[in-house]
Amino acid sequence: MSIVVIDALKQRFAGAILETHAQFGDDTAVVDPDKWFEISRFLRTDSRCAMNMFVDITAVDYPDREQRFEIVMHLRSLERGHRVRLKARIGDPFGEADDDDDDTVQIDSVTPIWQGANWFEREVFDMFGVVFRGHPDLRRILMYPEFKGFPLRKDYPANKIQPLIEFRKVQEKLPPFGPDEGMSFGRQTHEYHRDDPQMIEARAKKPKSKVLLAPSQQKAPASQQKAAVTQQKAPSTPQKES
Amino acid sequence: MGALTETRVIEASEAGFATTRFEALMGWVQKYSLFQYPYVTACCGMEFMAMASPRFDMARFGAEAPRFSPRQADLLWVVGTISQRQAPALRRVYEQMADPKWVLAFGTCASCGGFYDNYTTVAGIDKIIPCDVYVPGCPPRPEAVIDGLLLLQDKIATGSRTPAVVKPRTDPTTAEHNELVAADRLRLGKR
Repeated sequence: MSIVVIDALKQRFAGAILETHAQFGDDTAVVDPDKWFEISRFLRTDSRCAMNMFVDITAVDYPDREQRFEIVMHLRSLERGHRVRLKARIGDPFGEADDDDDDTVQIDSVTPIWQGANWFEREVFDMFGVVFRGHPDLRRILMYPEFKGFPLRKDYPANKIQPLIEFRKVQEKLPPFGPDEGMSFGRQTHEYHRDDPQMIEARAKKPKSKVLLAPSQQKAPASQQKAAVTQQKAPSTPQKES
Repeated sequence: MGALTETRVIEASEAGFATTRFEALMGWVQKYSLFQYPYVTACCGMEFMAMASPRFDMARFGAEAPRFSPRQADLLWVVGTISQRQAPALRRVYEQMADPKWVLAFGTCASCGGFYDNYTTVAGIDKIIPCDVYVPGCPPRPEAVIDGLLLLQDKIATGSRTPAVVKPRTDPTTAEHNELVAADRLRLGKR
């Protein structure tokens, strides 16, 4: 569908188009990161392409690749009705480019071409630490300024948190919680199956249903109920006799 | 027996009095006048709106008037996910509330972080502020929230500050529960 665009790109930037393919009808071009800005401007201005709508820009971290990060951009032409995907591979192999001030993870910003790219590029910077050269305001957008590191990189520890305020010093969870309750789903051990002796013991300790009801909802003891019934009945008896 | 049906007008001069402990009286007064501060951050807010609106009608329990200033509120509803970035704001709101104050964690995210076990979410508001009642559920049914509110009212009346959790009336892993559910479905005519 947008093979015209790919052809135009190949014709204009013969050496900079590293690879092309189509996935589910979306034509994709993997391009030289040094020509990223030039190619983007060509796609916007050339009359055959006329990509006037910026859809999305994001990044992927491939730890087993020679060049670790892949920048993915989606573009669309409202005039011509076609869309194209542009990719560029940047960075060092995994393990070498993990410092925050690593200068190989850089690419040109396309914000001067499409204003809509502004916040998307900030998000990619925030999550992956990709520096966009020429971006007007490259700050973190989702995480707080005090945050260290880039959370969507594969080398960011999955359970690492950076709280802004000190947490209270309390034990994990207090008694009403069962042995495997009251923590994030990811931290639950799932060691306790319902047939596990520990769970059976915990269930046995718990009085059936009673403890779960609020005192005001619990039924009154049987002796009180009886008294209430006799009181209600009492006035009616003289009427029957009369 | 005739004395029971006799009607008698009590004169003002012979009106009686009752004795009670001061704490009991205060507890009784406080539990029916909860001024709430809804701290709504996520999708549980929809359920909170259902709770507050006439269908489930929170006003029946005295928790009627939302106050959008923490200084006038004494029940803090934490409704939804709390991110690390939001934690200072939540603690500040809590600190601004005047004593006596109570906190209710509405939904799984506020109770323990839920499935957001990641770099940006606080795993339960009790990491930041003390919490009185946890209502699990994603989101909780309004009935569960009403259970939590009644639980809180009982705790206020008795002066207890131990945290409490709203749990299913029966353990869903038992046969007793299955029987109850089956009986309920039969009663409602559902298959």
